[in-house]
Amino acid sequence: MSATAATATAAAELLREVEQFLYREARLADEHEYDAWEALWADEAIYWVPANGDDIDPTRQMSVIFDNRSRISTRIKQLHTGKRHAQTPPSALRRLITNVELLDPDPEHPDDVAVGSNFLVYESRERGVTLWAGRYEHRLTRTPEGELRIAYKKVRIVGNDRPLHTLAFLI
Amino acid sequence: MTPTTVPADSAAWDALIEPDRVHGSLYTDPAIFDAEMERIWYRTWVYVGHESEVPQPNDYVVKSIGPQPIIMSRDKQGEIHLLLNRCTHRANLVCDAAKGNSSAFRCPYHGWTFSNTGKLLGYPFNSGYGGTEEKRNLGLGRVARVASYQGFVFGSFAEEGPTLEEHLGGATDAFDRLVELSPTGKLDISAGWLQHEAKANWKMLVENETDGYHPQFVHASIFSVAKSGIGDLYGEKSTAVSRDLGGGHTENDLRPEFRRIDEPMGWFGTTADRLPEYVEHLQAARGPERAREIMIDGAPHVMVYPNLFIAEIQLFVIQPLAVDRTVQHVTAIQYEGEPQLNRRMLQQTIGSVGPAGLLLADDTEMYERNQRGVHARTPEWLVLKRGTHRERRDGDGFTIGDATDEVPQRAIWRHYRELMEAGDGDGAVAPPAVPTANGSVR
Repeated sequence: MSATAATATAAAELLREVEQFLYREARLADEHEYDAWEALWADEAIYWVPANGDDIDPTRQMSVIFDNRSRISTRIKQLHTGKRHAQTPPSALRRLITNVELLDPDPEHPDDVAVGSNFLVYESRERGVTLWAGRYEHRLTRTPEGELRIAYKKVRIVGNDRPLHTLAFLI
Repeated sequence: MTPTTVPADSAAWDALIEPDRVHGSLYTDPAIFDAEMERIWYRTWVYVGHESEVPQPNDYVVKSIGPQPIIMSRDKQGEIHLLLNRCTHRANLVCDAAKGNSSAFRCPYHGWTFSNTGKLLGYPFNSGYGGTEEKRNLGLGRVARVASYQGFVFGSFAEEGPTLEEHLGGATDAFDRLVELSPTGKLDISAGWLQHEAKANWKMLVENETDGYHPQFVHASIFSVAKSGIGDLYGEKSTAVSRDLGGGHTENDLRPEFRRIDEPMGWFGTTADRLPEYVEHLQAARGPERAREIMIDGAPHVMVYPNLFIAEIQLFVIQPLAVDRTVQHVTAIQYEGEPQLNRRMLQQTIGSVGPAGLLLADDTEMYERNQRGVHARTPEWLVLKRGTHRERRDGDGFTIGDATDEVPQRAIWRHYRELMEAGDGDGAVAPPAVPTANGSVR
């Protein structure tokens, strides 16, 4: 096999691995498998859902979510209490993930995998049906054992500059 | 819930609003909602925006008074205007950016151009109008009165009525306390706003803002996992008080608890040594003794009727859109020149509020559950009796109750009834009575 072909095969394998990871994350979120979802995160991580545009400075501007690893953990613990009323009962959810695309690595994290994807979440609860569309940007890092973990997840919701209903599930 | 029509007289209002209970149809009847717009939202002073949102000449930002789109602009002389976002020609929106800097707004439909003071500057092909004589009378619609207090800009569609300070009455102190926490005395409301939509009537939100009874139940989940002390402030044994500030303005006054605990910056869930820059600036500005008092007392928790909630480190602005649809706008309060503190206030705010907020998502769930519940045929009433037997006057003559009492909710409805009974004619609305220290009302 030529070097070019080997590179192409490696890229295809990486894409396949990353897709499977994103699908797994999506299923765990949809099915409220909170601990298994949280276990996909790296020890240091950012979970960011910007508002009023996709390129704001989250240290100076309001976001819908801007969680460090500790706050992700708090969010999960709150869901586990059973008294997170905005998820009691939990929303019925299914999401589609498409257009999965490997992106150029972040220069500050050249060994991590940068991946973009589009999503559509169908949420049903007593309030009614809400559709959430947008784009995920993940930066995935590897554990010493070689497993993928989320170091950074940005959720660019379409229409994040307009009024949004309560979003208390894991998006 | 039986649909009603808007009561025509005091006796008919008796059938909907009693001193300690209110009829559910007030949250569901579109006719009531329409009357509220005319008698409350398009008449009294309503909070629109903060001066720091348009810091430079020609800055503008699109705001609202209920469903009405409003452009808040600062002209080149520095004066602030509240203009209706509607071309005087054929009603197109003249401004579609959320904010920006421009001396003029040009309607995209036929090119009519208005200055940021509202004046019509010109229309294309003006020979079609036989000249430019008409221009003088075709400026943008304006909110009749504009006034600000401590940088907070309010508008009133009524040409006449109480002044803003008369309207704020007992609530002016909340603004004074808030700006005193800033070493320069200025706030910087520049962090942008989340817009959280609720399928609920706007009054559900207003009543919840100073409801000291709900936190231990609605927010038990986050208080337990974050080991927060906030729940105790609203407990049975709390020395905090609920207060009727007059004019529909209400307060949960937590100062008695903070003074008992006596920990500077405890109100913000931290200690002074974690914020050395801020403490130094505040001490320099106010003197060490006063700075300590300010850092003990903390920021106010006051609902300024009908739409501004000062929630310690956040501002909430309530925007009714329909009888069962409300948007709550929220931002972090930032103090001018305090990046260290501001960063923490922003991060705490993002965690707490908005669609995914660890607190506000649950409040909003309650508004929406209430809105569904209130459609039940029976019982028809909502009960607001809590603490009626222990209402008392404070040293300033305001009615107060225990932390968890429904003093604020009764006060809100009493004021609501006055405004609604005043009718939608030209009936003047009297400014709120200001109590005096001996408990009489002057």
